[in-house]
Amino acid sequence: MDPLLAGVSTLMLARWQFAITTVFHFLFVPLTIGLGLLVAIFQSAAYHTHDPAYDRATRFFGTLFLVNFAIGVVTGIVQEFQFGMDWSRYSVFVGNIFGAPLAIEGLLAFFMESTFLGVWIFGRGRVSDRVHLASIWLASIGTILSAAFIVAANSWMQHPVGYTIDPATHQAVMTNFWAVMTNSTFLLAYFHVLFAAILTGAVFVLAVSAWHLRRAHDTEVFAKTIRVAIVVTVISALATMFLGDSQGKLEEVQQPMKMAAAEALYNTTSGASFSLLTIGNLSGKPIFQVRLPHLLSVLATNSWDGKVQGIHQLQAAATKKYGAGSYVPVIWLLYWTFRLMVGLGIAIFLLGGVGLWLMRRRRLERATLFLQVATWMALAPFLANTFGWIFTEVGRQPWVVYGLLKTSNAVSLISTGYVVTSLVGFTAIYTLLAVVEIGLLIRMARVPPAALPAADEPVPGLIY
Amino acid sequence: MIATVSPSGLEQLWFTLITVLWLGYFFLEGFDFGVGVLVPFVSADDLDRRVVINTIGPVWDGNEVWLITAGGAMFAAFPAWYASVFSGFYLALFLILASLIFRGMAFELRHRRDDVPWTQWWDRALFWGSALPALLWGVAFADFVHGVPITVGGGWTGNFFDLVKPYALLGGLATLSLFTLHGATYLGLKTEGAVRERARRAGQRLAPATFVIVTGFLGWTDLSAHSMHHVGLVPPLLPILGVVVLAGVGWLVRDHLEGWAFVATALVIVAFFTTLLLNLYPNVLVSSLHSTDDLTIVQAASHRYTLEVMSWVALIFTPFVLAYQSWSYWVFRRRVRRPDAPSPSDHGA
Ligand code: HDD
Ligand code: HEM
Ligand code: HEM
Repeated sequence: MDPLLAGVSTLMLARWQFAITTVFHFLFVPLTIGLGLLVAIFQSAAYHTHDPAYDRATRFFGTLFLVNFAIGVVTGIVQEFQFGMDWSRYSVFVGNIFGAPLAIEGLLAFFMESTFLGVWIFGRGRVSDRVHLASIWLASIGTILSAAFIVAANSWMQHPVGYTIDPATHQAVMTNFWAVMTNSTFLLAYFHVLFAAILTGAVFVLAVSAWHLRRAHDTEVFAKTIRVAIVVTVISALATMFLGDSQGKLEEVQQPMKMAAAEALYNTTSGASFSLLTIGNLSGKPIFQVRLPHLLSVLATNSWDGKVQGIHQLQAAATKKYGAGSYVPVIWLLYWTFRLMVGLGIAIFLLGGVGLWLMRRRRLERATLFLQVATWMALAPFLANTFGWIFTEVGRQPWVVYGLLKTSNAVSLISTGYVVTSLVGFTAIYTLLAVVEIGLLIRMARVPPAALPAADEPVPGLIY
Repeated sequence: MIATVSPSGLEQLWFTLITVLWLGYFFLEGFDFGVGVLVPFVSADDLDRRVVINTIGPVWDGNEVWLITAGGAMFAAFPAWYASVFSGFYLALFLILASLIFRGMAFELRHRRDDVPWTQWWDRALFWGSALPALLWGVAFADFVHGVPITVGGGWTGNFFDLVKPYALLGGLATLSLFTLHGATYLGLKTEGAVRERARRAGQRLAPATFVIVTGFLGWTDLSAHSMHHVGLVPPLLPILGVVVLAGVGWLVRDHLEGWAFVATALVIVAFFTTLLLNLYPNVLVSSLHSTDDLTIVQAASHRYTLEVMSWVALIFTPFVLAYQSWSYWVFRRRVRRPDAPSPSDHGA
């Protein structure tokens, strides 16, 4: 082995690669889902009211949507191939079950979104307005469907159902597809992720509209879009929080270790309190902590004095069940990602609430501070999404398929050099893409819609 | 030994469906790749380049989904095949993925800014992002047929250089030239004026070279099939048909029979890849080490229940996919014109 690589395992590199590429994919994916839906709403409004402001809104946010969409597409293919490349033993183990939603996602969702998006981009003036409107809706539904299948696959890894283990091949074999698609973990996770994505799109529109309103650009458009965005923000933030709360309770049953680690709760406790933040370390002896009594019990079990299991007890139980080894995930990561996700969610909800209040008071356009904060809030949903996935995935460790397959047994038996190459390669490419993409998005988000080609200009047919 | 069990009907069905998905992918993205490679050769100015790229603009992503679905279907129906191929062809796939990333971004980003270096940069990304996968898919499929260093169960023993032997490289050249020719015949259908004429000339020049390379490659494949398995290619008619049709492409292009020329390159692609995939049967991967180490369809397949579920889903939804994808080609059936082109002769193909 190359001396440089001594001590670095394929497993570690493959984990880093998966984490980096997935987080990157999921930076852009929620915006695609959320913004796609909002653009479809704007276009419907334009179609029904014939208000040119909605038409400009559609074009303006539609362009941003497309720039963002492309990056979701190209990074998604990497995700799909990576299972075979880096996690081939995993792929053999789960293919019977996990492969099916992935294949169905391609057939049902990806064909739909890509084909109708092509029609939407190039079809203006070539298909009727109705068909053009239908194509953005179909593309948007495609993105929403695709999320369902991939989250179903992911939820199966969190909580395997509808399978048996084939004694001859040691593969997981599907016995009930319906059970896989109605997994309780999946139903909650799917809607949590979906509303988080819609929230991402709404906060993005809110932030961009606020930026332009502060500069009095095309107020006709942005006064409308900011109102739609505020309403959608409030609704989807509420839904996200409500579903997330239910997920926490389900988790206490299905993956109690994740919950315990999220609170750094070492010993089983009734009426457990919840710490807002901790200074010092999380080894059980903090220097300073702000605690809310009984809250953890309420969050995890819905009862004031509910019993929440602790890390030590869970570790002991797991060793008994699965054999020696550590079953404790990285505690500080879970502790902080969970708090930050929830905290950001609450912050976004409050922002939306203030927005609603200002709307009723008809003071929205003049509320400079609100508009300023709203612009910066654009970052929050992206961070919350990332923290959410890190929490979910790291919290499942050491398992890749909970209780069935450890991550260390999932990785391909390939040369470390390969994984180094692709890890360095993808990281470099993604960094470059991020710089170009985010730079372009910001640049384009600042061009007022009035500067876009007018609606009745003959379509050049030459988009590219 | 398991290898003596012959594949069940369901397993055969899924092997066939995956073959069809790959064929669809190469037929569709084949001309995408070809167009990407040809952009610098058939355009005189930026407007020409935009015309050329626009011929595939609305459809390239839908075409790429054939690849995603082929990959997903392999994962679900033959997990061991997917796992072995994707981990074995690691570096080749990494290069393909990197190319597809730059290429996909080029479509979406090249026109977003009005400065020349920006546009030139994405033009290069488009060219290399099309040429490299066009070459590498041929290398990979040649390796499939010739065998890869796997042991029982699909584990790999070799390294990257086992995969880039002369035979495989010839396979790569074969797909690169074939896809480029396919792109030229596609442009013949989708453009007009000077670009159309340049595409015609490119096609005419490419056709003989492609014929030599593809014939050489299929001939070599046949010879080695003889020496490895004591049978030639099965069915032998298919590659012969492909070669005969390919021989005619040059004439069709020269005589402005654009529709026929496109049908011809499409047929050659179908014949080419069907030949390679069918010759795997009843294996999904051939071992270059020992024929008892071949990974068979039966060994690689998922259980019956999974295949049944997938069959129902495919049966119900494939017709919709085919219908709306064809419809989108119909929507964009007209030739792409320069905005400054003289009066409309708009109703081509
Ligand atoms: C909750 C939503 C979600 C999640 C968790 C993922 N994706 Fe994704 N993916 C999408 C939602 C999405 C999307 C919104 O549907 C995208 C983004 C942009 C696009 O075109 O579709 C997409 C694109 C996309 C594509 C390209 C599709 C095309 O060419 O049109 C592939 C192959 C994947 N994804 C595969 C994956 C895999 C293997 C994942 C698991 C690690 C994954 N995605 C996580
Ligand atoms: C404010 C209240 C919130 C609560 C109580 C909450 C709760 C949770 C819980 C318990 C999980 C883990 C699920 C599991 O491991 O099975 C989770 C995951 C996740 N959260 Fe949240 N969340 C909240 C807000 C948000 C917000 C605002 C976003 C993004 C905008 C978000 C995005 C995610 C994502 C992407 C995941 C990973 C996918 C999943 O497992 O569902 N969450 N959340
Ligand atoms: C639904 C889409 C998915 C998302 C958004 C997602 C998200 C993430 C995130 C954020 C991480 C980082 C955790 C870390 O750094 O440790 C991660 C790690 C990982 N995920 Fe997922 N994941 C998804 C699906 C999958 C699937 C389908 C697999 C199957 C192989 C998988 C396997 C892994 C592995 C092996 C790691 C590395 C574990 C680790 O380093 O802790 N994930 N994922």
